[in-house]
Amino acid sequence: MTIKTLGDVKIPPVDEILVVGATYSSITESVSSITEAKPTRNWYLVFCMAASVMLLLFSLIGYLFWEGIGIWGNNNPVAWGWPIVNFVFWVGIGHAGTLISAILFLFRQRWRTSINRSAEAMTIFAVICALMFPTIHVGRVWVIYWTLPIPNQMGLWPNFRSPLLWDVFAVSTYFIVSLMFWYVGMIPDLATLRDRAKKRLRKIIFGVLSLGWRGGAKQWKHYELSYLILAGIATPLVLSVHSVVSFDFAVAQLPGWHTTIFPPYFVAGAIFSGFAMVMTLLIIARKVLGLKHLVTIRHLENMNKIILTTSMMVGYAYACEFFIAWYSGNDYESFAFLNRAFGPYAWAYWIMISCNVVVPQIFWSKKLRTSVPVMFVASLLINVGMWFERFVIVVSSLANDFLPSSWGYFRPTIFDLGILFGSFGLFLTMFLLFAKFLPIVAMSEVKGVLPEANPHHPSGHSPHRESVGSITG
Amino acid sequence: MMELSQMTVTKTSARTVGVLAEFADVGSLLTAAAKMRDKGYKNFDCHSPFAIHGMDSAMGAKRSPLGWIVGIAAIIGGSGALLMQWWMSAVDYPIIISGKAFNSFQAWVPITFELTILLSAFGAVFGMLALSGLPRLYHAVFSSDRFAKATDDGFFISVEEDGDGFNVEEVTRFLESIGGKNVETLTEA
Repeated sequence: MTIKTLGDVKIPPVDEILVVGATYSSITESVSSITEAKPTRNWYLVFCMAASVMLLLFSLIGYLFWEGIGIWGNNNPVAWGWPIVNFVFWVGIGHAGTLISAILFLFRQRWRTSINRSAEAMTIFAVICALMFPTIHVGRVWVIYWTLPIPNQMGLWPNFRSPLLWDVFAVSTYFIVSLMFWYVGMIPDLATLRDRAKKRLRKIIFGVLSLGWRGGAKQWKHYELSYLILAGIATPLVLSVHSVVSFDFAVAQLPGWHTTIFPPYFVAGAIFSGFAMVMTLLIIARKVLGLKHLVTIRHLENMNKIILTTSMMVGYAYACEFFIAWYSGNDYESFAFLNRAFGPYAWAYWIMISCNVVVPQIFWSKKLRTSVPVMFVASLLINVGMWFERFVIVVSSLANDFLPSSWGYFRPTIFDLGILFGSFGLFLTMFLLFAKFLPIVAMSEVKGVLPEANPHHPSGHSPHRESVGSITG
Repeated sequence: MMELSQMTVTKTSARTVGVLAEFADVGSLLTAAAKMRDKGYKNFDCHSPFAIHGMDSAMGAKRSPLGWIVGIAAIIGGSGALLMQWWMSAVDYPIIISGKAFNSFQAWVPITFELTILLSAFGAVFGMLALSGLPRLYHAVFSSDRFAKATDDGFFISVEEDGDGFNVEEVTRFLESIGGKNVETLTEA
């Protein structure tokens, strides 16, 4: 990277790796035209498949409400089972979206602009899937409002000393804040779609959604500060959400759960799994939607570096748990971990280790971390591995706790499998609708990182260059 | 007959409420904004497809007060959450669970934190909308067909009439003198 200078004005290097050969209007065109064209046959095909899986989910949930949670494999020692495994898995997936949109924004990582919108959308859809699981897991779903402090005829309030209630507040707050962050980021782009709309219905829909945005500096001023503040508060929020999720476990006294390493370990795992999911989705989206000039190999490579880093953090946490189990001198704790690695769930444990710690090591090689097929397969394996991490934590600890007389073994039923499979249908259906009907790339932000968006850029600007100095006067 | 002619009059008498000028690029928009500021214009706005760094000082605009709104919202969220949890679990309906203290603020920390965040986010979003006058689906700038470019690749300065001594010709001439192209009047029916 060379820094050119023009007189005394430093020009940042033209970042053609971030945005390949684009102009303002080519960005508008390539992103907006996706939403304006009729859906292709392939889109309909994939959408129909995803929607059928979603319908499968809804019918299974209907049966669950009718019959009760006995249809699942949950049993007496393993009362949490798959719904909680799936809950933690989906919340974790969401975290990468907030990391990309908020934390990388605060660190001024400009490469995030092409991928933040789809990552935020992924967050919202993942959190919807996540919220579904504890809701249906309570059994009597019609009284789920008892978890909220709503005045009721019984004069009862929720128990604020329970980590499960903290979780209700943490995940709901996370959902609402992510939704607002996503929407606020989209307002200028919705205005672009409004201004390009030809049909009356489109004009009305995007006119209302964009709230009458005019792109005036008097609006950008508040908008930019609002976005910065939202990024600033979403950052501690995202760290708190998975910490609170980990409290569900860490505050209990079960060996294997009752450890102080859980909050950071869960957050690292969440970012790790979330980046893998973003990777899976983006590799498909950039190919299908023709966005290779906006989502470049450099974006993917950067994400692979984050995946490698968080994989090492997760690997460290796995090792640390074993060390503490031995160092604590607590027999139950030591047993819990030996049981994980060599007990009845050893198969799940070693799937977890190989997918989460071994597989990402291939990203040390530049050749492999810039190869799209390699990273696609790796991201799928990491998704599998992270699901198994939650399975190992939830199930193996519950199945073999203190007294051997109360031990058990968990076997999923067809309904466990169906509902997990169906949640992917729900997620994919929402993502496909988003990718087709909303701006999948943050146009206004990508335009802002183009070289000609810099007022000191020489393109067509030479007559006024001498007066630049007085602007900030 | 009388009514008909009156109707025609009201229809054609679209009131001029402002002037719109287009600029070539970010640099000329910034320079023009600074010249508008130096000339003493107050009621003007610079429209661009993305936020332009340095525009506030070029326009002579004050810093956004949004931070104060969010700060107040955060205080309400945090103290409200603490108050709610204290009242519900220590005053209104104390429940004995494992003999734990009713009035234990340590257990309230996570929810207090989350509600602080939630209320701050509401402050940041709704405060931003209120300060920028949104939602407002109609505005005089939309009467220009060219203005659709402002969300694509166009840079504009709009000057709105501010009551005293707004002279369309004078504003037009000044906008042209600072590099404005396609200068047009904005009307309101």
